[in-house]
Amino acid sequence: MNQSFQWDAVGDAFPLLLEGFRVTLLATVLGTLVAAVLGLAVAVAGRAPSRFVTVPVKALTEFVRSTPLLVQLVGAAAVFSSVEPLTIGIIVLGIHYAAYTSEVYRAGIDGVPKGQWEACRALSMSPRRTWQAVILPQAVRNVLPALGNYAISMFKETPFLAVITVQEMVFEARKYGADHFVYTEVFTLAGLIFLVASYPTSLLMRKLEKRLGH
Amino acid sequence: MATESAPLKEPADAAPDPQVTGVEPLVRFDKVVKRYGDHVVLDELDFTVRRGEHVTLIGPSGSGKTTILRLLMTLEKVSDGVIWVDGSPLSHVRTPSGALKPAGEKQLRESRKKIGMVFQQFNLFPNMKVLQNITEAPVNVLGMDKDEAETRARELLDLVGLSGKVDAHPSQLSGGQQQRVAIARALAMRPEILLLDEVTSALDPELVAGVLELLGDIARNTNITMLCVTHEMNFARDVSEKVLMFDAGRVVESGSPEKIFTDPEHERTREFLNAVL
Repeated sequence: MNQSFQWDAVGDAFPLLLEGFRVTLLATVLGTLVAAVLGLAVAVAGRAPSRFVTVPVKALTEFVRSTPLLVQLVGAAAVFSSVEPLTIGIIVLGIHYAAYTSEVYRAGIDGVPKGQWEACRALSMSPRRTWQAVILPQAVRNVLPALGNYAISMFKETPFLAVITVQEMVFEARKYGADHFVYTEVFTLAGLIFLVASYPTSLLMRKLEKRLGH
Repeated sequence: MATESAPLKEPADAAPDPQVTGVEPLVRFDKVVKRYGDHVVLDELDFTVRRGEHVTLIGPSGSGKTTILRLLMTLEKVSDGVIWVDGSPLSHVRTPSGALKPAGEKQLRESRKKIGMVFQQFNLFPNMKVLQNITEAPVNVLGMDKDEAETRARELLDLVGLSGKVDAHPSQLSGGQQQRVAIARALAMRPEILLLDEVTSALDPELVAGVLELLGDIARNTNITMLCVTHEMNFARDVSEKVLMFDAGRVVESGSPEKIFTDPEHERTREFLNAVL
């Protein structure tokens, strides 16, 4: 290792970064929840019989997917300046990823055989009950691994929240670095913490994928 | 000819005209047309089924047999004409002026309650256990009490010879067993009409006989009306009182199984039977 690598800075910054990591984790978990629920709603709305529903939904998802997360964060923070930055961050992350998870759900819903819909109709089941009892349980089961991968991806994009002054881990690292002129050390540490957190998660996802028979 | 969306004209005395016997048939196809684009699948089809009758539809692939079942189950819409079930239009509603217009989804759901269907590919719900496959619709569609629905589901599983599989998942069953569950699921809704769409076609040969035997039992021991599309001529002979021979969207010939199988009148029927028997 480079002689000038200041190990004491690593130890010194660690509690601060952990504090930031708590925010990172919170944003990821809540953001994933928003993306999972909203994405599902978008996917189901996309199959609505009326174009008055499908066209705006499609336009909105296209808009979200065609603009950078960073721009969406700054834009939302500017418009809703009275709202707490972390709240904005979670909602924007959730909406941004919902545009992608909705596609995943859509594929999962399309993957449910046509015969399942017909069986429901042959049993006079209501559309609501058809979705709830038959289609979604099968669709969601098929897409769980893909959703997990988006959660990990979101986790690694939380540093963007620093731009709207959310004090997540990378925000803390940069602040410590600026205060003590030790950037390499703290950013290396932040990277390691990301690695330690996301690698086991992706292993878990792979295991889940195997168990679901993909 | 009216299109799908246009109301159909009915004579002023719009009550369905009874047959010569004075008994309205349970099912009556009245000039039913089904088109997919330019392709005409059913061409002004007329036929009737009496209550309690077991009818087999035979004919070459693409002759429109399965389409008839799918129209009756309202999985497809008629392009023209009216299907009458028990004296009421199946997929139309009457406007105040007495004309008929295509029914909405809610009314279709009401119409469907009288009719059950068993599919070639079983279409059991893989995310539910066998028992729940059978109780789902009685509880959530008919509003049956859950305990009552389960008791009845167990009786039906007993009937189809699968009382030991209550807690199994469909994926743990053989094709023949899955089809038995599907039959039990359809019967749980107490339909007046049971539609059977090539229910043995996807089964291994050794499993076919058991399912046919079960359907024969049901035909003999209930007053359920059956419409059955099949390539199993034995089933047509043993279970049904009436065989309809289809070709190119029309009934070519109809009669008792003895008549159709031993002394067919129409050349197309003879050709078809020679090919399959």
